Amino acid sequence: MAKVIFTVGDDISTDIIYPGRYMATVLPEETPQFAFADNPDFNARLLSLKKNHQSVIVAGENFGCGSSREQAVSTLKGHEVIIVAKSIARIFLQNSVNLGLKIILAPDNEASEDDELEISQDRVLNTTTGKSFQVEPLPKSRREIIEAGGLISYTRARLLKDRSLQLSEIE
Amino acid sequence: MNMTIVEKILSRASGRSNLKPGDVVEPAIDLAMSHENGALVINQFLQIFEGTPLDPKVWDASKIAIIFDHRVPAESSKTASNQKKIREFVNRQFIDKFHDIRGDVGGICHQILPESGYVRPGCVVVGTDSHTTSHGALGAFSFGIGATEMASVWALGKALNVEVPPTIKVNVTGAFPTFVGPKDFILHLIGKISAQGANFRVIEYHGETIRDMTTSGRLVICNMSVEAGATSGIVPPDEETIRYLREEAGVQDSLDMVVPDAGANYDEVINIDVSKLEPQIACPHTVDNIKGIKDVSGTKIDQVVIGSCTNGRLDDLEMAARVIRGKKIARNIRMLVFPASGRIYSQALGKGLIGDFMTAGAVVMNPGCGPCLGIHEGALGDGEVALSTTNRNFKGRMGNPTAEVYLCSPVVAAASAVAGVITDPRKGVN
Ligand code: SF4
Repeated sequence: MAKVIFTVGDDISTDIIYPGRYMATVLPEETPQFAFADNPDFNARLLSLKKNHQSVIVAGENFGCGSSREQAVSTLKGHEVIIVAKSIARIFLQNSVNLGLKIILAPDNEASEDDELEISQDRVLNTTTGKSFQVEPLPKSRREIIEAGGLISYTRARLLKDRSLQLSEIE
Repeated sequence: MNMTIVEKILSRASGRSNLKPGDVVEPAIDLAMSHENGALVINQFLQIFEGTPLDPKVWDASKIAIIFDHRVPAESSKTASNQKKIREFVNRQFIDKFHDIRGDVGGICHQILPESGYVRPGCVVVGTDSHTTSHGALGAFSFGIGATEMASVWALGKALNVEVPPTIKVNVTGAFPTFVGPKDFILHLIGKISAQGANFRVIEYHGETIRDMTTSGRLVICNMSVEAGATSGIVPPDEETIRYLREEAGVQDSLDMVVPDAGANYDEVINIDVSKLEPQIACPHTVDNIKGIKDVSGTKIDQVVIGSCTNGRLDDLEMAARVIRGKKIARNIRMLVFPASGRIYSQALGKGLIGDFMTAGAVVMNPGCGPCLGIHEGALGDGEVALSTTNRNFKGRMGNPTAEVYLCSPVVAAASAVAGVITDPRKGVN
């Protein structure tokens, strides 16, 4: 069972998730401290999450719009929160897939703070309200990256494959 | 099969024919651009090679561009150290399309790429910056990616798992009224279709207004296409593209003019007549919160910013200087001008524009992103209001979540700096 710890509306930009003034901090492991930094309340709640929590941020349309900064994803990934959004902006979505931030697309989803959710492959069940919402699956091309454990390992495997192909061509 | 321009470019770059939206391809990359976030790309790139017998070498150093612009000169020791790390990597990997903090060849990435002739029609360009959409102005398919994806491109030379995007065709007709231009058009379009109206799609720009527009104007509209969520904006290359590349970017070699097929399949067609358009303003805190200038004129402002990858080009500075020449900016107003590149700065100096700004009371800053993303060089105070020619007005964007940012064209910015409040340039300035 996962718990909704925060709800936000439409068009939440990466400037809100990870303000530009912290962009000199680039290493993924150093970014979690600045998640939603302009909302000190929520930032503090994120920082106080216990290990193995199951916490969800529920968002409206176009979550993660704006800048391509990957810190906006690594900062949330660092807290191991789950994002359930009606829709997600393209670069943020791809960055989430690449870094392994768990994102769920549920176009009709409705939830309030403190609601409990049961999330499965194809639906989000809000056990507090009893309502259930369809999950839109990610395209196969993106699922492959997730299954490989993220883009770094996916690329590593591709690189090794590509290079050995080239070697065998030379031989 | 008849294809849109992006379908055609992707089909060539991935060696596949008959592409349609939703197909997954692996296009070869012609140019891969990063800025200071190259420090993160390097980190991820080295991780890819960890545990392999391979040497961490980029796939093709001549296709990588790195431009320092977001925080120049460095605002903190942390940034300076990141920049140093990138310089060392650039030297080790022999990356020569590197633009350090310099007065001659430095500037904002989305100006440096076009003016240096790095972008050609038909190219596939990726950049670790969302406004990489800009380069569609030269007929390239150019889109923003994250740092890890860039690391993957540096290793493989191709982008993995790219879905062919559906295309929206926007037909633009009519001549712009006086003091109305490309910025007003793109703000109007974003207001009309919303900040997510083009999500996961490409906008292909057509029509007489686009044909008559200079590359500088096309860069404005492609730059801001991402503010409607578009993967990219693109203008089919034409004589103006050739003129720009030959005369302004010094490109000598032959050009591959990829244009869309007649009868290509568009997801949506939008027609816009600009002949009656009034100056447009994006109000806080979303770029699609668009109003005509008469609805916001009189709004008090504290800081005016002219510059950025959207409107820091020579024609922008010329228009602003024309409005401001011989006048003084209002008391209580700070006006900051950021030429988009060192070359533009020099040209503006030669034309006397820098003098015009300074005499009026504006501060002319070094080329770079400036306060556009709220790190340094002009952050806002609590509750202050900025009027800016940049492209984003999100809460906190100029460094202060209690401040407000309005977006406009360079002429509106200049007229308003003189008046001290948001002002319609067509009404004249006293
Ligand atoms: S000027 Fe602003 S929008 Fe353009 S690249 Fe710099 S920070 Fe990004």
